[in-house]
Amino acid sequence: MSATDVLVVADHRRGELRPVSYELLTAGRELADALGGDLHATVVGGDVERFAERLDCEGVDAVHTVAEGEEFNHDVTTAAVTALFEALDLGAVVMPNSVNGLDYAPAVATRLSLPLVTDAVALDYDDGLTVTREMYGSKVETAIAVAEEPVALTIRGGEWPAAEGVGDAEISSFEVDIDDSSIRSTVRGFEEVGAGDVDISEAEFIVSVGRGIEEEENLELVEELADALDATLAASRPIVDNGWLPKNRQVGQSGKVVTPTVYLALGISGAVQHVAGMKGADTIIAVNTDPDAPIFDIADYGIVGDLFEVVPELIDRFE
Amino acid sequence: MKILVTVKEVAEVADDFEIEGLEIPETYLEYDLNEWDDYAVEAAVRIAEDRDEEVEVVAVTIGPERSEETIRMALAKGVDRAVRVWDDALTETDVLDPTITARILAAVAEREAPDLVLSGVQAADDGFGATGVALADLLDVGWAAVVNDLELADGEAAVRRELEGGVEELTTVDLPAVLTIQTGINEPRYASLRGIRQAQRKDLAVHTLADLALDPSVVDDALTLAGVAKPESESDATLFEGGPEETAAELETVLRDAGVGAE
Repeated sequence: MSATDVLVVADHRRGELRPVSYELLTAGRELADALGGDLHATVVGGDVERFAERLDCEGVDAVHTVAEGEEFNHDVTTAAVTALFEALDLGAVVMPNSVNGLDYAPAVATRLSLPLVTDAVALDYDDGLTVTREMYGSKVETAIAVAEEPVALTIRGGEWPAAEGVGDAEISSFEVDIDDSSIRSTVRGFEEVGAGDVDISEAEFIVSVGRGIEEEENLELVEELADALDATLAASRPIVDNGWLPKNRQVGQSGKVVTPTVYLALGISGAVQHVAGMKGADTIIAVNTDPDAPIFDIADYGIVGDLFEVVPELIDRFE
Repeated sequence: MKILVTVKEVAEVADDFEIEGLEIPETYLEYDLNEWDDYAVEAAVRIAEDRDEEVEVVAVTIGPERSEETIRMALAKGVDRAVRVWDDALTETDVLDPTITARILAAVAEREAPDLVLSGVQAADDGFGATGVALADLLDVGWAAVVNDLELADGEAAVRRELEGGVEELTTVDLPAVLTIQTGINEPRYASLRGIRQAQRKDLAVHTLADLALDPSVVDDALTLAGVAKPESESDATLFEGGPEETAAELETVLRDAGVGAE
C-alpha cells in the first residue's frame, strides 16, 4: 500500500502569501482525495503563524510551520521540505511553478530521488497519476503518466481555483536541523524594476507589440499608431529582451500587470506569461498571422492577418 | 577558470502542424539552439573575454548527431570545445524526467570540474525549467535560478534573480555554482564567418552513457508520454475577415465604441 498523503508548499514573498499558495491547496486536496489521504501544507520562513492561519482553508488537514528566516531561501526551503517528506508518509509533494518554486523543487526531487513533473495545468488520477502540461510554448498539450509514487510536482499559477473557507487543520511547528554549511546563497535585498518615463499599468488604451514586429526599425509604425490612437505603447518580453523598448514597457508575469479599457495586441502570440499581465483588460483585440495563436483564446476581437497591412490602414483612419 | 554551459537543440513547431499518434512529424519541426541557452553561451563567452585569467568555456549537450550543427554554432560564438552525450538508450525515451537529464549532465560536470555552470532557465520545447537546479543539487554546489544579471568576485557570484511582477532579488551565491540564465541578460552575438570556420576545427567529443560510467537504465524513468494534443481553442473572439481595408474599418468601429480617439 503506497503512501496517500499530500504535502503542498506555500509561496510567499515580502510578507505576503502569493495567490498560487491557495491554488496549491485546491490541487493538493484534489490529489489527496484521489489517493485517499490527508492534505498537509507547509510554509517555510516569513511570518509563519499568520501564514498558517491563512492556509487553514477548507479541506486542509495539517499545516506545518517552519520558522526559519524572513524571506525565501532555496537552501532552507529544500532542507525543510526534504525533512518534512521524511517525517510524513507522502504520496506527493506539490510545489508552485513560480520563479522561487523552480528554485527549490528540482533539488527536492533529486535529494529524495522522486520523479519530477513541472508546470502541471491539470492532474488526473485513475490507476496512477497523469499530469497534463504544455510544450512548445503552449502549442501542444501533453499528458504524462507517472508510474511511481511518491512524486514531486509543480503546478502553474491560475489553473486551479483558490481554496476558500476556514478549515480545522492542526497547526504545528516543525523543527528542521539546518546545517549552516548547506546555506550557499544569501538574499541581499529586492529591487523594483521598470520605473521610468511611463507607468503602463495606469494606461487607459494600450497598443502592445510582440515578436511579429520582426525588426527594431518597424517599431516606428506602432509608435505612430499609438500616437494616432492616443494610446500608450507596451510590448511583450522578446521586444524588451532585444533592448528595443525599456523594461517599464513590458507586460506580463515578469513585467507589469495592466488593466486598460482597450488592449490592442499586435504580433503577440499570447504565451501564458504574457496573458498573465493583460487578461484583465476590458476589451482585448489581437492582430496575428497565426490563427492558432493562443492570444485569440482571450481576445474579444481578432484579425488573422498581417499587422504591416492592417496598422497603416488604421493609422489613416485615426489621423 | 572553467565554465561549463549546458545547451540543448530544441525543436520549434510550425504554425500549421499535425500530430500523428504521440509524435509531431519531422516535416513540421525546425531545430535550433534553445533561446535561453543562447544567452547562457553569451554570458559564458563574455566572462571569458572580460577576465584577465585564462577561461575555458565548455558546452555540454545531450542530443543525437543532428544536434552537432547547433552545437557548432555555440562553438562559433566563442565556446572552446563541446561534449555531446548520446546513447541508444536515449533514442527510446519519449519524455525524460528533468532530474535524469541532470544526472547525465552531472556525470559530465564531475569530469570537467568547472568553477561555474551556466544553464538556460528552461528549454523552449519541453519547458521543464528544472535541469539547472537539479544539476546543482546533484553536484552538491550552490545555485541561483532565473538570473538576469551576474557579476563574479572572490569566490562568489552576485546575481539578480528575476521574480514575478517586476521585482528582482539580489542574491550572492558561493562558487562553484550553477546559474540558470534568463533571456534578456545580454545580447547574444551572431557567429562570425571566422568563428564558423574556427568552430569546424574545435573539439567536439561524443560520449555514450557507458563512457560516463552511467548504466543505460538511468534513463528508465517513471515518466511516459501518454497523450499529445493541440489544446482546444477556447476562442470566442469575433474575427474580422477580409482585406486590410475592411478589417481596419471594423476595428475602427470597435475602438471608437470603446472611447479611443474621442479626444
